[in-house]
Amino acid sequence: MVRLSLLLLAVSTVCALSLVTSRHQARKLFVDLEREQALTRAYEVEYGQLQLEQSTWAMPARVEKIAREQLRLQLPRSARIEIIGDAAR
Amino acid sequence: MSASPKLPRLRAPLVFGALLALLAGLLGRSLYLQWIDNEFLQEQGSSRYSRDLVIPAHRGRIVDRFGEPLAISTPVKAIWAWPDKAEVNPQQLQALAAALDMPRAALAKKLENGDEFVYLKKPVPPEAAAREAALGIKGVHDEDEYYRYYPGGEVMSHIVGFTGDRDVGQEGLELAQQTWLGGKPGSRRVIINRRGEVVEDVASIRAPQEGRDLALAIDTRLQYLAYRELKAAIEANRAKAGGLVILDVKTGEILALANWPTFNPNNRQRNARERMRNRALTDTFEPGSTLKPFTIAAALESGKVVPASLINTAPGTLTIGRATIHDAHREGALTVEQIIQKSSNVGAAKIALSLPAETMWQMLSDAGFGTPPKTGFPGEVSGRLRPAKSWRPIEQATMAYGHGISVNLVQLARAYSVFATDGELKPVSLLKIDGAIAGRPVIRPETARAVRHMLEMVVRPGGTAPKAQVPGYRVAGKTGTAHKLEGGSYANKYVASFVGFAPASNPRLVIAVMVDEPSGAQYYGGSVAAPVFSSVAGAALRMLGVPTDAPVDNVILPLDDVEVREET
Repeated sequence: MVRLSLLLLAVSTVCALSLVTSRHQARKLFVDLEREQALTRAYEVEYGQLQLEQSTWAMPARVEKIAREQLRLQLPRSARIEIIGDAAR
Repeated sequence: MSASPKLPRLRAPLVFGALLALLAGLLGRSLYLQWIDNEFLQEQGSSRYSRDLVIPAHRGRIVDRFGEPLAISTPVKAIWAWPDKAEVNPQQLQALAAALDMPRAALAKKLENGDEFVYLKKPVPPEAAAREAALGIKGVHDEDEYYRYYPGGEVMSHIVGFTGDRDVGQEGLELAQQTWLGGKPGSRRVIINRRGEVVEDVASIRAPQEGRDLALAIDTRLQYLAYRELKAAIEANRAKAGGLVILDVKTGEILALANWPTFNPNNRQRNARERMRNRALTDTFEPGSTLKPFTIAAALESGKVVPASLINTAPGTLTIGRATIHDAHREGALTVEQIIQKSSNVGAAKIALSLPAETMWQMLSDAGFGTPPKTGFPGEVSGRLRPAKSWRPIEQATMAYGHGISVNLVQLARAYSVFATDGELKPVSLLKIDGAIAGRPVIRPETARAVRHMLEMVVRPGGTAPKAQVPGYRVAGKTGTAHKLEGGSYANKYVASFVGFAPASNPRLVIAVMVDEPSGAQYYGGSVAAPVFSSVAGAALRMLGVPTDAPVDNVILPLDDVEVREET
């Protein structure tokens, strides 16, 4: 009878200790998860900013201005456009 | 006398009773706190380890039909201060000015603002805000905010609109689609440890609702093209305002909608309300001759005339009651086709007068005039189409060439899709649509084809708009040069317009151009608006990769460069 009680005591002690450790583990993992989620949000924000930057740089108005002023390109007048039609094939 | 005093008889029970009562009181109080009035202490307890956190939700993006962003919200900081509580020494002021990238004097002025709360600068990029925070100046704070950026700037501003305070839509589609775009922040309760880290989720009080992305029908490239050409034409003709709409014939989507004057939504302090109006949807004008094809279509439908019927327009005037209708130049007998080609007012009026008023009204109403185009844009107008019963003969005659009726530019473009398709009217949409949309038949396919042929004659030599021709493509359209109505009478100011579609063999785009009060050397629709149509249509069709349907050398301009003129 005493033996059984001692065994049960040992079992319950082990259970209690493992509960404490697993709880601690869970909290630690949760903190990690939180940190990763915060990073996700930060990356989302950065992605949005990069999209914004890309589309600002790539706006046709800006591209055309640079093409005209820095690269000295011109839109050809319609008389200078040659369209290769079906006959050429 | 007894030496040992005798205790009063009741003392012991009294003390005992008192102690018992106190004990009972304590017990009662603890039971009360434990079971009945436990909220306060529970709250106090949980406030030491739990927190309610706000989960931010951002506003959805607005993108064009290919996913190019047109409006994006991004978190920024707003730097604010209570000037009377702020303690800033000169070195700190210098450092703060550098961190916020603003002149020192302006900053100092804001800080001398007395006891009022003042925003020092907003929006501030997060990096600059971090530099500011590192200075640790007392009385200067920052707060999180979302700020919306518009990469399209003034090219897109009328359609997209903008948001006001707290990222809430204020104009344009930002306003119309507020519930779709707007996010609702959520909140959750968590347990924190002594370092302030979140260690456990207790409950999600409210899930955040992220704003959804909105895809517009707009094609950024076409929009820019439309904007550039419209702006160039308005500057060249010293005009007051103008608009240009490109409509997809197959789906009814608005691929481009440009207005002038315009504004920059990223920097709008100096912009007057006047520049913010989306004129193509919220303003009406008398369309003038661009309405003639509908008169002709009504007549063809009723069987009163065929395209080759002769109408005598001599001597170039027509008197109805006390009013007289003029043609810009005299012609003799014209066929119905030539009336469109040369834009004869007398001819159109004569045809209109041969029809019952109801027939004409029905045609105009079926083409979408007098009812809002239902784009969902805030403030769009229906234009004015009076009921047929109230028309006097002179009004019916002037209505034939587009006076006494008012329309907006989107309505006009949409109405022309009746001729561009085989007589169908489709709903227009500012938002992207997948797949073709079924339309409502308005006129018979034969009538649509006949009018299409007439509209193609307009751009050939002998018509009013040879300048609308496009190399490599067959195009069709109609000019308009309407006198402006000012204070009840017609002034010597004009609205020049051109509405057309291309390629004529299998129309893909309807393009409507309107130039308000051109005050240069010319004011005719054929010389002011038609060239805009030509350059926009040519470039747009090439951009979209539409196969050519004519030889490249198809453009034939009249030798003397004097096109047929019109008035109205």
